[in-house]
Amino acid sequence: MESIKDKVAIVGMGCSKFGERWDRSAWDLVVEATYEAFEDAGVGPNDIQAAWSGTLGFAGGQSLSYPLKLDYIPIVRVENLCGTGLETIRGATYALIAKAYDLVLCVGFEKTKDRGVGGLGSGEPMGGVHPVFGIQGTPPGRYALAATKYFAMYGAEKKHLAMISVKSHFNGARNPKAHLRREITVEQALSAPIIAWPLGLFDCCGVTDGAAAAILCRTEDAPKFRKDYITVKALGNASGPGCGKMVTDYDWVHWEETYRATQQVYEQAGIKDPRKEIDIVECHDCFSIAELMCYEAMGFCERGTAKNDIEAGTFALEGEVAFNAGGGLKSFGHPVGASGVREVYEIYKQIQGKAEEPSRQLKNVELGMAHNQGGHPGTFMCSMGIFGVPGR
Amino acid sequence: MAGIVSYGAYIPIYRLSRELIWLTWGGMPLSGEKAVANFDEDSVTMAVEAGNNCLAGINRDEVDGLFLASTSTPYKEKQCANLVAEALDLKRSTRTADFTNSLRSGTIAMRAALDAIAAGSAKKVLVVAADCRLGHPSTENEQAFGDGAAAVLLGDTDVVASIDGSHTHYDDIMDLWRLDSDTFVRSWEDRFIVTHGYLENTQEAVKDLLEKHGLAPADFSKAVLYAYNGRRHSQLAKKLNFDTQTQLQDSMFSTIGNTGSAYTLMMLVAALEDAKAGEKILVANYGDGADAFILTTTEGIEKAKGRRGIKYHLPSKIPLPNYDKYLRYRGLIHGYVRFENESSATISWRDRRWNINCRGGKCLVCGNINFPPQRICMYCQSKDQFEDIRLAERRAKLFTYSNDFLGPSLDSPIILCILDFDEGGRFYAQMTDRDPDKVQDGMPVELTFRWMHSERGIRNYYWKCRPLREA
Repeated sequence: MESIKDKVAIVGMGCSKFGERWDRSAWDLVVEATYEAFEDAGVGPNDIQAAWSGTLGFAGGQSLSYPLKLDYIPIVRVENLCGTGLETIRGATYALIAKAYDLVLCVGFEKTKDRGVGGLGSGEPMGGVHPVFGIQGTPPGRYALAATKYFAMYGAEKKHLAMISVKSHFNGARNPKAHLRREITVEQALSAPIIAWPLGLFDCCGVTDGAAAAILCRTEDAPKFRKDYITVKALGNASGPGCGKMVTDYDWVHWEETYRATQQVYEQAGIKDPRKEIDIVECHDCFSIAELMCYEAMGFCERGTAKNDIEAGTFALEGEVAFNAGGGLKSFGHPVGASGVREVYEIYKQIQGKAEEPSRQLKNVELGMAHNQGGHPGTFMCSMGIFGVPGR
Repeated sequence: MAGIVSYGAYIPIYRLSRELIWLTWGGMPLSGEKAVANFDEDSVTMAVEAGNNCLAGINRDEVDGLFLASTSTPYKEKQCANLVAEALDLKRSTRTADFTNSLRSGTIAMRAALDAIAAGSAKKVLVVAADCRLGHPSTENEQAFGDGAAAVLLGDTDVVASIDGSHTHYDDIMDLWRLDSDTFVRSWEDRFIVTHGYLENTQEAVKDLLEKHGLAPADFSKAVLYAYNGRRHSQLAKKLNFDTQTQLQDSMFSTIGNTGSAYTLMMLVAALEDAKAGEKILVANYGDGADAFILTTTEGIEKAKGRRGIKYHLPSKIPLPNYDKYLRYRGLIHGYVRFENESSATISWRDRRWNINCRGGKCLVCGNINFPPQRICMYCQSKDQFEDIRLAERRAKLFTYSNDFLGPSLDSPIILCILDFDEGGRFYAQMTDRDPDKVQDGMPVELTFRWMHSERGIRNYYWKCRPLREA
């Protein structure tokens, strides 16, 4: 098995404004994000030789060719639950390495606010939802199963979850493209209405429309487009057997799929000590407990000790490793297909020193990690990627 | 001699004080409280509870018939006894039948079962009666009707009470009725229907039976008489010359209410729980005529004690805090349903062995229990090496839980649970019949058959967990 490290570069990216975009269609969001990426890379639609469309809501390659009027090029629509966005980049990277194409486009997007009801729905597959087994709780209820167990086992408290949300809101308030842009206090988080005990309103991400796009080529071609391109260091995916809620050996206090995908990307990128080597992590904080258990699954701290690092501010903007410097799903919501590409957008901009507001810009960012996990706790799929300056 | 081999009963955990009904409607208050089925219960689920309690410790392969008696089965076209039989894990050749439309259907089913046994076409027949009837809000019927179920296993060997004689007659009177399109039971003026319906018919049945067998009221330890209500029950006993203090079986009218077709059988279960060997019990049931039976308890009566019947369920209760909650549980006021859950007749049919029968797969290679059943073992990846194992009666402990306020439920929050069975295996379920404040890691739970949601006229049944009931 050959390493993919540094073989592919990202030479242009775009990201729509995230939010309740009542006046914009999914196609509008695709155009908004993609044309920012075109401009960023200095290319046009006719330069693109193939594309990957990441979305849960729209079928077929037409989901990109139609809004962008692409010219009969190969396009595949990718769906991999919450990892959908990162999977577009994985598909594109491999195609470039295979030299099937030279310049390709990845777009992740979702239009969640046209349904007439809140929430993300159950993401019903064509095969239908099981009439009794699959519909027993909602996503926050499912994540709360892990939170109550984690609390009982490791003595963390609701305030630790609140501190994560406060941190993410702080970052998101400094990001013009975020959906929710206000700081909150621990007290506000603790006194918010309960959605699924112990998760309150501020422990849950919003429901949002958004799109993000990336233009990729092989690294040897990248200098033709720009100097400050970034390269793909590693891409991982771990899909669990989907039995966590049914097997007795799942403990409900760790994310096995994230742990497994982390091992893949650390090996590919040669990471030995993530806490020292990785500068920024954009992780899948659909709920605060998700981020807490990611600190441990990704090896930034030992199992059961996340609360110490939360109290120490390890993962704050100015901390040792900034988690969700862009605001995370907490501030951006989770337009499912868009999230992974949007995470890479934050890493890309931070490395280039182009975070829109100086107060969010970190110094000397060289290596960033993007992460998404989707499904029911215990039955996740997880997609991850590491991106950074060439040669790092 | 044919008779009762085993018995069981079920009373839902919720009770509504009749004072709460009176606070809303005023009028003539009846005293006491009534048993109210939870929002996820109906006649089918209560029948499964009572049937399961009756069959505890009994080889279910010996059951040849399952007769379901109820005036309130959820489906009017489509049998419900077959569903109860599947949930009770009865063999496929079990003959099933719904006995409906009469408050007397419980004893009508008993007679049919006894006839089958006498004819030799069945050895053991389970009769389960369950009702969940609605009286029109503000009426005395609303205060009177309670929810519950009872089961008796009939056979001609190992009986705990022999059935020595019986009487049956029919009568036609518009006393209580309900059209196909009616939600609530209708009735004529009670002074008429009590006199010419309830009192005359029941007296006729008892008098004929005693005369036929040369017995007198004093020969009976207990008289189990259908109760129109508490007052009329005593009146009937007096007319029949039974001592209301010593001989009349308590009607439970002030504790659970009139449970329709299950009522007389529930009282019978209560009488059997207290009976000693060699006692005579009179049973008389009313509805579109009357049935009466003479029972004599055997030495076996002692061994039958301790199973879940009236004594187990009656003191174990949660009071409904208000009348609104009762209306909500019975579907009489509708909240806004944010999204409809899905029904699928095909999936439900394919998965009936685990959805209804609660069977998991025990891996023959590694011994672990897989639920839901799998093709490839979740633990050792062996393919198609499974033995079917019924899990419904197994005890479990709560591994973790959450209180989900977001999910659509008539009784928010949904308590979402991960359970580990004491004998191995994990189960993912909602918790019902619970106080959310008392849910905690490690608490013992058991499974209970409930309906999850209803859509396109399909009632989707499955298993939930509940805390063990205690007084």
